[in-house]
Amino acid sequence: MLSQIAEIAVAFFLVFGGIFGLVGSYGLIKLGDPMSRLHAPTKATTLGVGGVLIASMIHAWLLEGDGSFHELLITIFLFLTAPIVAHFIAKAHIHRHVAPEELPEAGADRGWAVHDVDSAGGQVDKDTGGPRA
Amino acid sequence: MIDAALTFAFGCFGLAILLNLWRVVYAPGVGDRVLALDTMVINAIALLILYGVKAGTEVYFEASMIFAMLGFVSTVAYARFMLRGNIIE
Repeated sequence: MLSQIAEIAVAFFLVFGGIFGLVGSYGLIKLGDPMSRLHAPTKATTLGVGGVLIASMIHAWLLEGDGSFHELLITIFLFLTAPIVAHFIAKAHIHRHVAPEELPEAGADRGWAVHDVDSAGGQVDKDTGGPRA
Repeated sequence: MIDAALTFAFGCFGLAILLNLWRVVYAPGVGDRVLALDTMVINAIALLILYGVKAGTEVYFEASMIFAMLGFVSTVAYARFMLRGNIIE
């Protein structure tokens, strides 16, 4: 009885993970502009691989009897790093494709971090445009 | 039932990795290329885990852990290179 429930759970999580992984990669091709394309892989694909890892964990625990929690380690690692990667790629997009005039005010005494450097790599003062004291 | 679900998941992630490869080759910009490479790494992790379930071993866990870490570090390095033109200043 328990092994039947485990089999159903493993099959469910495998199908769930497969569908989400495919949707994430299809979204990377399908969506219109670069910042929309950031959504699909960082959300759907992470969920998909999480589903596969949960299926693997249930499979090892209940059907083979020698499971451990270390698949959870990869899941947590991927769930932690996906937003960081998305943030870095969005920052690089602002740096390369968005002019400083199009951005709203940063709301601090410094400008946006990606535009806040001169060509030598030093920080720029927002008011004077010269090097920062 | 698990065999059928495994075959389905293998098909999904195999197709996903092919779509990523297509995006890496025909990307409209550098950011898309980096994002496609990152997604490819995640799909490769899923394929490794699926193969581990199919073979019934835990050996492939270590490989996928290293894949996850290297994928993250290399994506951050690429993004850093796009931002600043070098990686370690």
